[in-house]
Amino acid sequence: MANIISDETIEYVGILAKLELNEEEKERAKKDMGEMLDYIDKLNELDTAGIEPMSHVFPVQNVFREDVVTNGDGSEETLRNAPEEKDGGFKVPKTIG
Amino acid sequence: MAKEYETVIGLEVHVELATKTKIFCSCSTEFGGAPNTHTCPVCTGMPGSLPVLNKQVVEYAAAVGLATNCTITQYCKFDRKNYFYPDNPQNYQISQLYLPICRDGKVEIETEAGTKNIGIHEIHMEEDAGKLVHDEWEDVSVVDYNRSGVPLIEIVSEPDMRSADEVIAYLEKLRMIVQYLGASDCKLNEGSMRADVNLSVREVGAKEFGTRTEMKNLNSFKAIARAIEGERERQIDLLEAGEKVIQETRRWDDTKGESYPMRSKEDAQDYRYFPEPDLVPIVISDEWLKEIKDRQPELQTEKMIRYKEEYDIPEYDAKIITGHKKLADIFEATTKLCNKPKKVSNWLMVETMRLLKENDMEPEDITFSPKNLATLIELTEAGTINSSVAKEVFEEVFKKDIDPNQYVEEKGLKTVNDEGALRATIEQVMKENPQSVEDYRNGKEKAIGFLVGQTMKAMKGKANPGMVNKILKELL
Repeated sequence: MANIISDETIEYVGILAKLELNEEEKERAKKDMGEMLDYIDKLNELDTAGIEPMSHVFPVQNVFREDVVTNGDGSEETLRNAPEEKDGGFKVPKTIG
Repeated sequence: MAKEYETVIGLEVHVELATKTKIFCSCSTEFGGAPNTHTCPVCTGMPGSLPVLNKQVVEYAAAVGLATNCTITQYCKFDRKNYFYPDNPQNYQISQLYLPICRDGKVEIETEAGTKNIGIHEIHMEEDAGKLVHDEWEDVSVVDYNRSGVPLIEIVSEPDMRSADEVIAYLEKLRMIVQYLGASDCKLNEGSMRADVNLSVREVGAKEFGTRTEMKNLNSFKAIARAIEGERERQIDLLEAGEKVIQETRRWDDTKGESYPMRSKEDAQDYRYFPEPDLVPIVISDEWLKEIKDRQPELQTEKMIRYKEEYDIPEYDAKIITGHKKLADIFEATTKLCNKPKKVSNWLMVETMRLLKENDMEPEDITFSPKNLATLIELTEAGTINSSVAKEVFEEVFKKDIDPNQYVEEKGLKTVNDEGALRATIEQVMKENPQSVEDYRNGKEKAIGFLVGQTMKAMKGKANPGMVNKILKELL
C-alpha cells in the first residue's frame, strides 16, 4: 500500500462524517482509505490532457420543470420520518446558528 | 500618532426568488404555511428522490445577471456542498461552485461621496435550508422544512466597499434592480433578502488585505450599519493591542451591539464540493438569453425619464419615486385613478416619506391603497376638505387604509364654506384680539396670520382658509 493514512486524517474525516470510530474501526478505515487512494493513483496514470471533465454519464442537458405547484400537503408523510415530533415539526437537540 | 485604518467590505447577498414552486420540486414556496405542509421526499432529502430544476429559477437568475452587467455562463452546472446541520435534511446543499450562472458584473452606487462601481464577482443558484425554531419550554429546537428547497440566488460582490454608507447604497441598488425584475420582494425583515458582511481592516496605504471575518444575522439596514461599525472597532482594537484577527464567522447580536464567534473548531469548514450527479448541465442558448433580455421590464432609469416626460414631475421627485418599486407602483396606480400626477407625487414625497421615517418603515411596508390616496386627492382638489384636514386624513389612510369619503363624513371634517358662519366667528375672534387688529391696522401685516390661526382654531381646523383670509381683510 503506497498511501498511508495518518491518525490525524482519520480523526478529521471522522469529524466531517460525524462518525465516532473505536481503535479497531480506525485501523480498518485507515487501510480501506489507503487502498482507495492507491486505486485513484492508478487512474491518475492515464493521460487525460485535453479531455473535458465529465460531470454526467448521459449526454443530456436542460431537463426542466415548469413553475406550477402540483404537490399538496406533504406533512403527514414527511413527519413519518421524524424520530420525534413537536408542533408539526421535527424535534431535534437545541441548535443555534 | 494614531494609525489610520481603512475598512474593506465585501457582501454575500442571498435573495429568495419569487417562484411559485421550489427549485427542485413542485412544492409551494408560499410563506407562512403550517410547519412541514410544503414538503415532499425531494425537499426533505429522502433517499432515491430525484430533483428536477425549475426553469423559472434559471430565468430569474439570468435576468438579475443581465441587469447587473454580468457575463452569463451559457454552460453551467450544479455542485454539492456537504455539511451536517438539522435545517439541511439532505446533509448537502445543491449550489454552484465551479460554473456559477453569472460572473464579472458591476452596479453603480451613489453616496454623498459621489458615484462608484461595485464589482459583482458572481451570482449562483442554490436551495434554501429549513427553519429552526427554538422551543420556549423545552431545551430543544423544532425544524420546519417548508423553506427547504426554496430557490435562492447568492450575489457575491468584490471587496469594493469602504464604508457602511457604500454598503447600504449597494444593497438598496440591488434590491431595487431585483424588485423591478419581479425576481423577489427582497424583504430583509422576512428574510427574503439576507446579507452577510465580510469585513477586514488595514492601515491606510497598505497593499494587502487584512484578515476578514464574516458576519451573519443582519436583518435590517440599520443592523448592518451598526454591525459594520462594531466589527471595525473590534478588529482595530485587536490590531492596536498587537493581537491578530482570526478568520471566522461571527453572529451579530443587534440588541447587545456586539458579535460573537458562531462555530466551534469541531465544525470544520470543509465542504468537499463535487459536481451534482442528480442534475444535468444547463445550456443557455443565445436565443434563450435574448428572450430573457427582451422580457426585461422597464427599469429605473427608463421609468425616471418617462415620468419626467409623461407626467411632467420634477427630476428629483421622479428619481426618489422610481428609486423604490413600491413607490413607483403606487404612483402609477394612483395617477391612473385621479389623473393628478403632481399631487400624487407631493403626497408620496412629503407626507408618505415623513410617516415612513417616523415609523421606522421602508416603502415596502406601505399598506395603503392607491384608491384611497386618489379619493383623498379628489376631496382636497374639490375643496371638500382643506389641506390641514387632508394631512390628518392621510395619516389614517397611511395607518389603516381607511376610505377618506367615509372618514370625512363620519368625523364631520368637511370644510365650512358657509360665509355667514365664518363671518360670525371672525367677528368674535377680532373682538377677543383687539391688539392684533390694532397692529394690523397700524401696518403690521403679519398680525393677520395670528387672526387666521385663531379663526381656524375656533372652527376646529375646518374653515376654508381662502375665505377666512378674504373676510378678515374685508372686516379689517
